Amino acid sequence: MTIASVGAVTTTLILVGAFLALMLNLNQVAGNIEEDVEIKALVEVTADEAQVDDIRQQIENIPEVASVDYSSKEEELNGLIESMGEQGETWEMFEQDNPLNDAFVIKTADPLDTFDVASEIEEFDNIQEVNYGEDVVQNLFRFNKYARNIGLALIIGLVFTAIFLISNTIKITIMARSKEIGIMKLVGATNAFIRWPFFIEGLLLGVLGSVIPIAAILSGYYYLDTNVSQLITFDFVSLMPFNPFAWQLSLIILGIGAVIGVWGSVMSVRKFLKV
Amino acid sequence: MIDMQGVYKTYPNGVTALNGIDVRIEQGEFVYVVGPSGAGKSTFIKMIFREEKPTKGTVIVNNHKLHDLKWKRVPYLRRNIGVVYQDFKLLPKMTVFENVAFALEVIEETPKVIRKRVMEVLDQVGLKNKARFIPDELSGGEQQRVAIARAIVNHPQLVIADEPTGNLDPETSWEIMKILEEINAAGTTILMATHSKEIVNTIKKRVIAIEDGLVVRDEHRGEYGYEI
Ligand SMILES: Nc1ncnc2c1ncn2[C@@H]1O[C@H](COP(=O)(O)OP(=O)(O)O)[C@@H](O)[C@H]1O
Ligand SMILES: [Mg+2]
Repeated sequence: MTIASVGAVTTTLILVGAFLALMLNLNQVAGNIEEDVEIKALVEVTADEAQVDDIRQQIENIPEVASVDYSSKEEELNGLIESMGEQGETWEMFEQDNPLNDAFVIKTADPLDTFDVASEIEEFDNIQEVNYGEDVVQNLFRFNKYARNIGLALIIGLVFTAIFLISNTIKITIMARSKEIGIMKLVGATNAFIRWPFFIEGLLLGVLGSVIPIAAILSGYYYLDTNVSQLITFDFVSLMPFNPFAWQLSLIILGIGAVIGVWGSVMSVRKFLKV
Repeated sequence: MIDMQGVYKTYPNGVTALNGIDVRIEQGEFVYVVGPSGAGKSTFIKMIFREEKPTKGTVIVNNHKLHDLKWKRVPYLRRNIGVVYQDFKLLPKMTVFENVAFALEVIEETPKVIRKRVMEVLDQVGLKNKARFIPDELSGGEQQRVAIARAIVNHPQLVIADEPTGNLDPETSWEIMKILEEINAAGTTILMATHSKEIVNTIKKRVIAIEDGLVVRDEHRGEYGYEI
């Protein structure tokens, strides 16, 4: 039973650790991309200066908007030419007769509001078009949200299973010592006095269960960090560095292990002491 | 010292064990509780160290109102009450010394104080030379003396015994009674449920007879009054 409950903690923590490593890295990637998400609202060529000012005013009035930058069609063209590099020269001929629109570049305070704000701006007068890389952003957000929720549910389920197993293990120890506990109470032992050996036992089970997961996290992440990192070429995709990330993760795992153990013991002892 | 007024006790299974008990016991008294099996003697005794809570009525012990004593305060109440049971309730794997010391460890006395005090009470019950024995190596009478030593080791004002001689032969019972009388002579109140006609009729003390959860007789220097 003791081995079973330590095993349950070990399994739980390995999964929690792997999952946390994955989530935190995904979060970082998503965060990098989210930072770059911006809405570009193209202004109708027919709009005059007063109407452009009006649009700016309306955009600034949307509460979720963090910043609004105006970019004239000349600036837009320059940006385009620069981003094309060598081939950009062919665009220089448009400098006299610029086919682009003036545009507003908008960032929302919370990237998750991008979609709503974009559709709102689309309704304004004198707006020709609104772009924000719809598909990429939406899919990324949706994936992140699902991954987070499923992962959280999984972790909570596992943690409770482990707590349950530990509390059962301790309950067996308590049963074996129930006579002793009864006598302790008879001679005036407080519940705190009776509780602490079981508290220590739970803590020990939890900490013992985190040894293998921590070893696995440290070695596994070290391997990823040294071998896989170089294979990734996109600049917004990068692994969190081994130091301090793997160490922090280990500490979290140890903490979760300890909490599982202590919680399990508190649960089983509480039931027993209420009598 | 003990003041019970209108005490009723109905167990969760519906059995009513006490049916309106009024009893006063003064500091330093020696009281027998007698009555047929199932009359409510044990329940009466359990009221006094809050092993059970009254369904109705008031129980005051040492100025503590036990009927509404907070559950957290119960351990502190028990430290002033020594309890002795028919089946001794010793821990089988611990030595005599450790069994008695247990009651002091629980209140977190220092090892030095514990050592001195435990040897003192073991001497008092005549078991100083058996401190290193375990309960299985002792006779029933000796085990009960260990239990008594544990009950008095923190100088309680009250010792409660539920049929302390119930498992002992007559000769051994007299030894136990002698020790209880000595403890009482030093000023400790003693409350003892018993089925022993010989003891009650020989060592004359106050007798409270309980039948069907009611006090039916309460006499100083009383008789046992039942045939068995
Ligand atoms: N914990 C309990 N739960 C339910 N009924 C109990 C409990 N303890 C005692 N009783 C019942 O209460 C009545 C009185 O019991 P008890 O106080 O032990 O009597 P005595 O000690 O005089 O033999 C009996 O009918 C007994 O069955
Ligand atoms: Mg009884």
